[in-house]
Amino acid sequence: MRLKAAGVKLGYGERLVVDGLDLGIEAGTVTTIIGPNGCGKSTLLRALGRLLKPQGGEVLLDGKRIDRIPTREVAKILGVLPQAPTAPEGLTVADLVARGRHPHQTWYRHWSSDDEGAVASALDMTGLADLAERPLDELSGGQRQRAWISMALAQGTDLLLLDEPTTFLDLAHQVEVLELVRHLHRQAGRTVVMVLHDLNLAARYADRLVAMRAGKVIAAGTPHEVLTEELLREVFDLDAKVIEDPVAGTPLVVPIGPRSHSAAPPA
Amino acid sequence: MSTLALRVGGMSWRVRPRALAVSLTGLVVLALLMALSMRLGELRMSLADVVAGTFDADSPAHFVIMELRLPRALTGALVGAALALSGAIIQSIARNPLASPEILGVTTGASVTVVAGVVASGSVYGGTSGLLATLGIPALALLGGLIGAAVVYGLAWRRGLDGYRLVLVGIGVAAVFTNIKFWLLTVGDVNDTGRAMVWISGSLNGRGWEHVTPTALALVVLVPLTLLGTRSLDALRFGDDTIAALGVRTNVARALMILAAVLLAAVATASAGPIAFVALSSPQIALRLTRSAQPPLLCSAVVGAVLTSAADLIARTAFSPLELPVGIVTAVLGAPYLIHLIWRSRK
Repeated sequence: MRLKAAGVKLGYGERLVVDGLDLGIEAGTVTTIIGPNGCGKSTLLRALGRLLKPQGGEVLLDGKRIDRIPTREVAKILGVLPQAPTAPEGLTVADLVARGRHPHQTWYRHWSSDDEGAVASALDMTGLADLAERPLDELSGGQRQRAWISMALAQGTDLLLLDEPTTFLDLAHQVEVLELVRHLHRQAGRTVVMVLHDLNLAARYADRLVAMRAGKVIAAGTPHEVLTEELLREVFDLDAKVIEDPVAGTPLVVPIGPRSHSAAPPA
Repeated sequence: MSTLALRVGGMSWRVRPRALAVSLTGLVVLALLMALSMRLGELRMSLADVVAGTFDADSPAHFVIMELRLPRALTGALVGAALALSGAIIQSIARNPLASPEILGVTTGASVTVVAGVVASGSVYGGTSGLLATLGIPALALLGGLIGAAVVYGLAWRRGLDGYRLVLVGIGVAAVFTNIKFWLLTVGDVNDTGRAMVWISGSLNGRGWEHVTPTALALVVLVPLTLLGTRSLDALRFGDDTIAALGVRTNVARALMILAAVLLAAVATASAGPIAFVALSSPQIALRLTRSAQPPLLCSAVVGAVLTSAADLIARTAFSPLELPVGIVTAVLGAPYLIHLIWRSRK
């Protein structure tokens, strides 16, 4: 178990979003957290990435409490790509990706050949080498997202937490980003935890799905085990048919409509 | 390629050739301005007179150069560099090009304590001579600057420090301090307030070695510390989650850099009063000259030194024998620049 949440209570100020949740992430898997808006999935991801301190319970990284490991050491093991990250105006792609080397640098080692190599290979992997000197604001949404993923890659961690890496992207770019994630996982054996909204893509690209509602894990397991018609009703209040994805063989959700008894009466 | 790597053994740095070129050019310009300000003034001197005055204690020019012009010019350059460095740090942390030490409460806080001191003590502190004047006013300014910064920081802190909140709180506190200052000026004796006004405008008149030494010492300590924080400062321009994910202890890094900025601004203000616009405009000028994404620290300091030296040269010689406070000139030069900046950012 690489990463583990044990009885975590998470929230902002007085308001608890997650009240006592357990979750384990196996090494070398792609885990995707799904759930309706506001169910606490991003909050959970932030806690797993030590960006949010639990008000109760603990998060364990390789068996050690993550808040007891120096944050810089954590940053060499675990990379987090927050939701909708912001960069200073005018920053170039190369500068952004170079920022990922931060945990490996010291005041007298600003730019070693390791740093240079890691940045170059991260740019290559995401197909951005040609755009390296372009300002980030001039890129398309998909390119920008790839640049952020490059930064996380340059960090050189084998654990990656990605919070909605496909938001604001069209379908082609979503697939492109998720193929990249799969490639990273298969080629380098990285452990990935993602939050995704698109259930069909989640089913296709995850080894394991975790379905959340109101701060609780409702179901966890393979996409076939989790994505059932009953679960969609229970978690999303959605009436849907689940058929087999003709391409990948994973479950494919075909929505029918909001769960009948909770649907608003037609005006 | 906009960046070169410099590697020696296990050590490595990134060098931006453009920033290096701008800094070196700035230093040359600074040297020329210093030489010029040795020559110009009520007593005009040739370069030979200046050299003689510097090295020959018996030369008639010796007093003018070594006791009047050189310490004044050095104070100006050092104070300008300190203010600009402070501004560069604050603008990076607030992620706002309009941020400056004023919004941290340093300069406005210093103005309140200095004016209060001058008004309360009458001519004891306000005079241009005497031990109390040379030590009392800088000490009061330093104290006020630190109190002002503590008030702003305390009010802006809410489970962490947010750049935007800091700017808003800072503007509010500055308004309160400014009004206390005006109130003190209205209740004070006319002669005292007149002297206080000169200080408030930011002036290098009569600055001697007793101003150069503390400012230089503060810079010797603070500049290297600040440069060590450059990487954190670069990182602090990103969203909080992004930098926390990279292993930066955001609140610690931010607090240390703000402390450095506060000390730099407070020391500068203690030496020369609140010189307007240097801290605001120098980092932005350096940013544009170097075409970088964030205010470059060293470059900003050089630009600040050049700007203040040039402004003081104008203040001292343009309306000779009348000498203007340098802050008036920087404000006259800086205000149009500020308007230009706002106008540009609206587009």
